[in-house]
Amino acid sequence: MYAALWRVLPGPWWVRVVILLVLLVVILFALVQWVFPYVDQFVAPQDVTVTK
Amino acid sequence: MTEPELVDPVAVEPGASTTGGRRAGSPPRRLSVVGVLGELLITAGMLVLLFIGWQQWLNNVIVGTQLYGQSVQQSQIWNKAAGPPKSESPGAPPVITATIPNAQRFATLIVPRFGSSFYRPIAQGIGVVDVLNKAEVGHYPTSQMPGAVGNFAVASHRTSYGANFGHINDLQVGDHIFVETADGWYQYSFRNLQYVRPTGIGVLDPVPEQAGIQPTDRMITLTSCNPLFSAAERIIAYGSFDKFFPRADGPPAEIAATVKGQA
Repeated sequence: MYAALWRVLPGPWWVRVVILLVLLVVILFALVQWVFPYVDQFVAPQDVTVTK
Repeated sequence: MTEPELVDPVAVEPGASTTGGRRAGSPPRRLSVVGVLGELLITAGMLVLLFIGWQQWLNNVIVGTQLYGQSVQQSQIWNKAAGPPKSESPGAPPVITATIPNAQRFATLIVPRFGSSFYRPIAQGIGVVDVLNKAEVGHYPTSQMPGAVGNFAVASHRTSYGANFGHINDLQVGDHIFVETADGWYQYSFRNLQYVRPTGIGVLDPVPEQAGIQPTDRMITLTSCNPLFSAAERIIAYGSFDKFFPRADGPPAEIAATVKGQA
């Protein structure tokens, strides 16, 4: 899968590395900004209050 | 990074199909089901690890930094709104009498033991979504206001969502707990910890665990979950009121750097 991605990318090896790094940063940003907070809602929140 | 050397030779012209470029020596690679499945599983594992790292650490740092900045700003807004120094009335500290709408911020919590940049907004109510998961400290609406005779009780997360009370078990007897409002700073001293069941609402009583007794002291109660990463019990920290610092006189020396945004 990743090998195929490497083959699909254009340009010499360093261009591909740059593209992959940019892609990685974009993916990490999207995860932290949107995906993780969304998933977090479904991970049971820990109750911190005392209630009846 | 040895693979690029294979691809790089002249064989690969711009625009040439990538499989064509492979002809140089090595046989064309195929996508195997097992290979793809394996890579997907590794990716999924990394995502889970990243999520845990985000939930337990990175997000706390991000949220903590944001809330610190907001608290410093709020303090400056209160500074501007404050009137000229009033003659100090030697009696009781001022108490908020207005009704605060749910989820509205009205005070700030400062606990030097939790770190010099621990400066977190206190909002009315203990709603999980509208207060606690926004990493705010939630005030039990049925408990008293800061500085009032009785019990000022608040709750916050111990892990994730800012982990405001992550160091609640590190409190030492005599540690100062400050509550800031528009009027100034209320200084409490940490007294003791208590561990109760999730239904132990007695800790919120005006005299904690003494229902129906008329209060004479001013208390603060912090509640969070216990043990770490579990919600089986609640950890309770009590403090008693020491003194009040009017806003006109500036923040107490112990927390001056925190309040001014120099922490």
